[in-house]
Amino acid sequence: MDVAQLKRQLFEYTTLLFHEGFLDEQFTQLQQLQDENNPDFVVEVVSLFFDDSERLLNELAKALDQQNTDFKKVDAHVHQLKGSSSSIGAQRVQRVCITFRNYCQDKNVEGCLKCLQQVKHEYSLVKNKLETLFTLEKQILAAGGSAPM
Amino acid sequence: MARNGVISWRRRSSDQFDGSDLSPCGSEEVHVLAVDDSLVDRKVIERLLKISSCKVTAVDSGIRALQFLGLDEEKTAGDFNGLKVDLIITDYCMPGMTGYELLKKIKESSTLREIPVVIMSSENVLARIDRCLEEGAEDFIVKPVKLSDVKRLRDFMTRDVGDRVRSDGGGTTHKRKLQESSDVSSCSPSISSASSSSSSSQPTTPSRSPSPSVSLSEPSSPSPSPSPRSTGPRSPSSLESPTRRLKMSSCCD
Repeated sequence: MDVAQLKRQLFEYTTLLFHEGFLDEQFTQLQQLQDENNPDFVVEVVSLFFDDSERLLNELAKALDQQNTDFKKVDAHVHQLKGSSSSIGAQRVQRVCITFRNYCQDKNVEGCLKCLQQVKHEYSLVKNKLETLFTLEKQILAAGGSAPM
Repeated sequence: MARNGVISWRRRSSDQFDGSDLSPCGSEEVHVLAVDDSLVDRKVIERLLKISSCKVTAVDSGIRALQFLGLDEEKTAGDFNGLKVDLIITDYCMPGMTGYELLKKIKESSTLREIPVVIMSSENVLARIDRCLEEGAEDFIVKPVKLSDVKRLRDFMTRDVGDRVRSDGGGTTHKRKLQESSDVSSCSPSISSASSSSSSSQPTTPSRSPSPSVSLSEPSSPSPSPSPRSTGPRSPSSLESPTRRLKMSSCCD
């Protein structure tokens, strides 16, 4: 594929992600912070988000596995996940976190467990999509195109 | 000394900013101390500040912030080799010392109370905003922080640094200057809760033109980005009540 085709593909893919609510305007903000002196900014921030999220999801699974659920702890983890997903524009993850926190406040274990599954699902979706997006960018660069964002 | 445009920074160190990046700051550059326990947020705020021509030190806790400011060792900040901090921007919700507690400690210190403190929070709770402003915070930004938020801060900081240098060090001079500058700064017209974040998403930059007045009773802008980020300083009573207020999180008071 030539660069023009790849760029079109990237554009269409990105547009789709926004329309489906996987990403929101905060992601656009991050893209605007990237320039030729910081060409990997978005990838770097998103990688931090992946690491952080995986850690938090593990902690959540552990916390919800306890006999006596410590809801404060669960809530604290969800709060962190909500914050970081919001900071990178991972809108669907953020939204599940909001519901999740409500269940924490209601001390509803069932609800929390359901949300945990949901947030894991949304996380893995957005992770895949972002990785695809980054791969497309790399292809453009490899094909001699300039920084696509 | 308006500074516009982006000065590109040569990166001296790794992108991960856990501790302090210390270099003698003898210049006019505005030096911001950013405090946030989230690594993702630290990275973002650091970049936002750098792209706005600020020098940044990012730390992960209130305790570390106080250490950096020289407070915990009972030295005065003036002994601190000219690592002058012009603005502190801190997350509210942090384990250990909250941003509010950090704010109080700074305002209680005779040497540090002049430094403007801005609070960031993902939760748009009026009582929290009020408390922070009453305690002396200059501004309160609802996360996620955007470039426009930082640019706005940058403008009043620049003006402020000059003023502080000329002032007799009295707190009142400082505050008055801020009030003046707040009248001309652009503020987003209203607040909405973080939970009502935009459902329409598009890859282009949403237009959110800041209004030139500090009036906070205007309705939300009709554009697809309904969540402007921050309040103006000193005017909590004129805030639009947020459409949905989240309960105070249990992780901080």
